[in-house]
Amino acid sequence: MELNPRFRFETFVVGASNRLAATAAQTVAASPGSAYNPLFFYAKSGLGKTHLIQAIGHGVVERQPSLRVRYLTLEEFVEQYHAAVAAAQSDAFRRSAEETDVLLIDDVQFLAKHRELQAELLRLSEALQAAERQLVLTSDRPPPEIQDLDERLISRLSGGLLVDMAAPDFETRLAILRRKASERGMAFASGVLETVAEISASNVRELVGLVNRLVAFQAVSDTPLTPLGARALLTGEVPESSAGVATAPAAPLSAETRDEFSAFLSAVSRTVAQSLDAWRSQVGEAVMRWRGEGYRTTRLEQLLQHEGTPEVEGALAAFAADIEELRRLETQVAELDAAAAGHARFRDPDRLDEARTFTARLLEGTAPPPAPSAALTFDDYIEGAANEAVVRAARLVAREPGRRYNPLYIAGPSGVGKTHLLHAVGNALAAAQPATVVACLSAQAFVEELVAAIDGENVDRWRRRYRRADALLVDDVQLVAGKERTQEELFNLFNALADAEKQLVFTADRPPAQLKDVAPRLITRFEGGLVVELVAPDRTMREKMVRRLLESQAVAAEDDVVQYLAARPADSARAVQGLVNRALSAMDSGDSELTARTARTAIEGRVSRPSQAQAISSPIPSGLDPTLSSREKIVWDWPDAGVRLIEELR
Amino acid sequence: MSLVNFTTREITCKIVYYGPGRSGKTTNLQYIYGQVPDDRRGRMVSLATQTDRTLFFDFLPLDLGSISGFTTKFQLYTVPGQVYYNATRKLVLQGADGVVFVADSQLRQLDENLESLQNLHVNVLEHGMDIRTLPMVVQFNKQDLPRELILSPGEMDDALNFRGLPTFPADALHGAGVFETLKAISAEVLRKLSEGAATARRG
Repeated sequence: MELNPRFRFETFVVGASNRLAATAAQTVAASPGSAYNPLFFYAKSGLGKTHLIQAIGHGVVERQPSLRVRYLTLEEFVEQYHAAVAAAQSDAFRRSAEETDVLLIDDVQFLAKHRELQAELLRLSEALQAAERQLVLTSDRPPPEIQDLDERLISRLSGGLLVDMAAPDFETRLAILRRKASERGMAFASGVLETVAEISASNVRELVGLVNRLVAFQAVSDTPLTPLGARALLTGEVPESSAGVATAPAAPLSAETRDEFSAFLSAVSRTVAQSLDAWRSQVGEAVMRWRGEGYRTTRLEQLLQHEGTPEVEGALAAFAADIEELRRLETQVAELDAAAAGHARFRDPDRLDEARTFTARLLEGTAPPPAPSAALTFDDYIEGAANEAVVRAARLVAREPGRRYNPLYIAGPSGVGKTHLLHAVGNALAAAQPATVVACLSAQAFVEELVAAIDGENVDRWRRRYRRADALLVDDVQLVAGKERTQEELFNLFNALADAEKQLVFTADRPPAQLKDVAPRLITRFEGGLVVELVAPDRTMREKMVRRLLESQAVAAEDDVVQYLAARPADSARAVQGLVNRALSAMDSGDSELTARTARTAIEGRVSRPSQAQAISSPIPSGLDPTLSSREKIVWDWPDAGVRLIEELR
Repeated sequence: MSLVNFTTREITCKIVYYGPGRSGKTTNLQYIYGQVPDDRRGRMVSLATQTDRTLFFDFLPLDLGSISGFTTKFQLYTVPGQVYYNATRKLVLQGADGVVFVADSQLRQLDENLESLQNLHVNVLEHGMDIRTLPMVVQFNKQDLPRELILSPGEMDDALNFRGLPTFPADALHGAGVFETLKAISAEVLRKLSEGAATARRG
């Protein structure tokens, strides 16, 4: 059955008697299937059930035109069902009913006459609820009062939201009258509609009937209708001057005085509504709204019980702000632990502090993964013909993470600058977007963290810590060889991050294909991106390195020194550094300036060879970083064979 | 006394009919009592002497039913008019939300009216209330008496109503003006709700 275009929310007059019903209807129209399911309205005839249920239909169609909305009265439902059964199409009928997104059934009180249909409706309501489809029903009485209704159906229908709608109060009656009069394009003298509204009508249809009579009378009458005339017309009372009572006290008692008490009541109602309803309905609507969204509204309900008039706007704003914060916290928590997000503490603004503490603790427990070292950036990285292609790939990756080469696999022997490049990419990624979480660590550290996590039984949290990362950079990945559990974790992490288009960068001392004791599934994934190889620095690069190293030590060096040092054979950046350091240490010990000669002597000659005692007591020349040992340095440190022999003899 | 109780969802208004002896306060209440449907009125308590003078006070509870979801109850009180019952008057006045001053329109009662009005001011002050903010209306009763015996509403207004309160001519015996007075004081009392709200916001 088609929806009546006049029955919309905009044309539904909301008053105290039906506010709950109207709000519930709007909530359901805004989010069918999730708020109140099933929604059950009950009210006496003529109070707007059909209007409201069809308004839900219109509301849903307007918001989500793709949803299938079906409105029918119970009688139609019965007819269709019987026709389907007669045509042996009952399955098709069921299917079509179950596939309706919003099913609106009017006047279900007639279920009493159709017992066979009760089972059908029970099944249908279960199916709809299971599929999160909305069911809305109306009746002239609540489910338990419908005769001969199956107990299960009663509990099913009462399981959502039961709302009753009462007869309209004075203000609502007046609003309805005004709306109906304006719909009919009729203007009445002031006071006429107020008088009509004071005549208590038990339902809206009666009111509409009254307006129709007024409209008909006004249409044939020359003089505009007066309030008293209207009352006489509608109630048959003879109009008498009631205004005379106050001005002429001696006037005899008139029929009007009989109704003095009702008039007094109306006057009081109006005043109370004016002074009370404004803020109460504001709070009430907020309560309905937040409840509909699943938040606890104890604080607002307490506000309603406040004596006197509380400061409403501020309280509502504070409440909304608290909910906003709860949502934010919940989103944060959901990223780390989806199960914890659904907790009631995120649904009650009065437990905001608790939610804050909980979130803080959770975040603390999952500190961000290790970040790249800030000292190693692209600025310090020395580029040359030998590593140009690799650096370009790294820069591209840093500029467009996750989209260009994923993963980027940098292979190369020790000391050629893989780690520096890796950290440089990490720093560039972190600098591009402030909130980016870059995990940058060596495979060894990765293994150790996993072992610690297994030991502390918080592997889940450890995993989440890395899943949060926007980029994962692992140095010396060849070290996962033989560590099956690490490989498995790395494999899963790889997949999770790669699926989310997060950048992955690995370095190793050899290309993927040559990795030993590494699962093939990891190797193929490493090979799936871009594999680049860093080689030993060429002469121009060595020259640049020497210059930079000397500059960093604030040593002014002659060009021939630089040329000499750059010309020395060195297969890695570290080797170059070792050369420079030795030249520098020679300069320090001799207190002389750094010349090509001192450098040569320091590296090749034995002129400034240290004494034997010195060689034994300090095998590493001062000023050298002990961790930076290169082959040439080791040769230099090697004591004389004679000294060594004597040492061993002792 | 709380005017609106959100816990019990009740509005309770205490309205006190004040005025000199024999001005018609009890008559006002009796007329109201007669107009209220049985289910809406409580038992009218009247402690009167043998000559029908109010000895202690009259009490008429009115149940106005549910208004905007609030059970609304009006409690109408009268005070004994005679000068020597001031302690009772003070007691009854305690916690009043509004006062109807019933003045006797008879020319010879003018002094009594003034004296009672002054007494009202004193008693209100002693309760720590502010007469300027206490909702109040004035009723000029007995306007049905022969013209030569009474002051007209205009003259009464000049004589008594120096604060510019709403005034109502009345004939309480026959009911004229009784409900107008009650309506007016109810409106004044209830309007104080919204004023209270405004003060709360400012505060």
